[in-house]
Amino acid sequence: MAISRRTIVLGVAGLLLALVPPIAALTNQPFYVDLFRRMMIFAIAAVSLDLILGYGGMVSFGHAAYLGIGAYAVGIPAFHGIDNGFLQWGLAIVASALTALVIGAISLRTSGVYFIMITLAFAQMLYYLGISLETYGGDNGMRLAARSKFGGPIDLHQPMVFYYVVLAILVLFLVLGGRLVESRFGMVIRAAKSNEPRARAIGFSPFRYKLTAFVIAGSAGGLAGALLANQTEYLTPEFMHWTRSGEIMFMVILGGMGTLFGPVIGAIVLLLLEDVLSALTAHWQIVLGPILVLVVLFAKHGLVGLLRVTPRDG
Amino acid sequence: MTVTVALVLEQTLNGLQYGVMLFLMAAGLTLVFGIMNFVNLAHGSLYMVGAYLATAFAAWSGSFVLGAALALPATLLVGIVVEVVALRTLYERDHLDQVLATFGLILFFNELIAIIWGRAAIYTSLPPFLGGHIRVLPGVPYPAYRAGIILVGVTVAVLLWVLVTRTRLGMRIRAGASNRTMVSALGVNIRLLYTLVFGLGAALAGLAGAMAGPIYSVQPGMGEAILIQVFVVIVIGGIGSIRGAMVGAIVVGMADTLGRAFLKPMLATVISPPAADKAGPALASMLIYLLMAAVLFFRPEGLFPARGRS
Repeated sequence: MAISRRTIVLGVAGLLLALVPPIAALTNQPFYVDLFRRMMIFAIAAVSLDLILGYGGMVSFGHAAYLGIGAYAVGIPAFHGIDNGFLQWGLAIVASALTALVIGAISLRTSGVYFIMITLAFAQMLYYLGISLETYGGDNGMRLAARSKFGGPIDLHQPMVFYYVVLAILVLFLVLGGRLVESRFGMVIRAAKSNEPRARAIGFSPFRYKLTAFVIAGSAGGLAGALLANQTEYLTPEFMHWTRSGEIMFMVILGGMGTLFGPVIGAIVLLLLEDVLSALTAHWQIVLGPILVLVVLFAKHGLVGLLRVTPRDG
Repeated sequence: MTVTVALVLEQTLNGLQYGVMLFLMAAGLTLVFGIMNFVNLAHGSLYMVGAYLATAFAAWSGSFVLGAALALPATLLVGIVVEVVALRTLYERDHLDQVLATFGLILFFNELIAIIWGRAAIYTSLPPFLGGHIRVLPGVPYPAYRAGIILVGVTVAVLLWVLVTRTRLGMRIRAGASNRTMVSALGVNIRLLYTLVFGLGAALAGLAGAMAGPIYSVQPGMGEAILIQVFVVIVIGGIGSIRGAMVGAIVVGMADTLGRAFLKPMLATVISPPAADKAGPALASMLIYLLMAAVLFFRPEGLFPARGRS
């Protein structure tokens, strides 16, 4: 089989991202390692949302909830002295998968605007749960006792090592995500998005497929949360705040939904934009808000759509 | 804390008062959704704008009532400007676009308010005639201001019911909700109708905001805290239904207020008091979301699904 365009793009993008730490070291700007690591973590969250939003047509407005669950799955064991990374990250994935299963099982009974509001309300419920965890800092949050430990050469306290761990997870996730959306499973999800009655008529039960996709997206969001807790070394219920969900959704739309690389570009551009704007003025949101409105009104297919000559179906 | 009849009565009235506020917000949101099929996240921003304008007008005129009275048409105007400038083009778009664009508007409004008035909460004082207490039962005093909110809310609900069921405008609103294309084919200026309905919703949100000033803190982002609870209200009631908004608002207002007041002492009778101290508030803040999940589990379309739409 010939090398697909997607593989080439993935290779080039991965290589460019891999070059960030050496360039940052050469130009003596270690800050960029931190910024790009943050971008990639949000890229993982945005891609996971795009799996259900772009491919599955499920407008989940509560994706930040999984970031929070993942972060607390690292923070709470660390607080009690358990710093094994495999255990923490495994817990992050399992806990967010289970949460997604419950939220999805209830939310997917509805559709349209009900679905948007319910996913939002569930995330808000978890946000309040986070606030009520007085032992773990309540609404102030708490410092992460220590970054996750994996033993051997993988020491997350080394900025470079942590950077390449995140990059590896992102690339792996994109490869698996690409396989997933092209698989039979992915086809059913996309079919259910474009015409659910027809998908049902040819003998599929979309509910189970959609729920599975919802759980996969949730667990990937949880992993991103575990990474984010290690990144900031601080965790607060703010990770689950609904504006965070809106931000992740904006990354997907900005980059181009229903594509794998769109959300990655969206995450990079949005965080870069926030970084530049917040350096200019404390009131940067007054600029970001209208930009968001303009993107929605005039750039229907996101940044990827601007690059692409022929529009894809979907 | 001992639970007395007076306390139960007071908290029930508080629940009713909160429910009335939720209803004022939910009515506008559900009307806009029912007729334009438009999800407006920025509805909470109009509530915030109403609260700030009322506070500013009250400080300027020296009268709380005049401030609230001026805030109402001012919020209506802000609502109409926002509708004409930004939202009108979104009616034909899907819900995702609407959610994102109005999310952008929220960022804009919160920051604009922060620039003009600062990020710190501001407080309004009550005029003397509203600052006292009334006696609902012998020995049970209740703040006159909160009683006033209930009165205003119930009056508005009745007026809204008359407007929707007994007037020509209401007939058009109902017709617009069941079949937009047919209504405009019959010669009704649907654009004007949309703008009117949006303005009405904005004014109701502004009224809620103006009344919220003296009892809740007025600060940027205040709109979103209540907005998400309003979503719970209209999801429970059934999106697009005024009656559903009414029932949902009272249910949510009561559940939230009574939960916060009595869940802890009730749990303390079952589990140990220290455990109840922790679990009570946590459970109380999640109560309405659990309630919503339960309602949706049995009735995915809410309690009163709006008619005329699939």
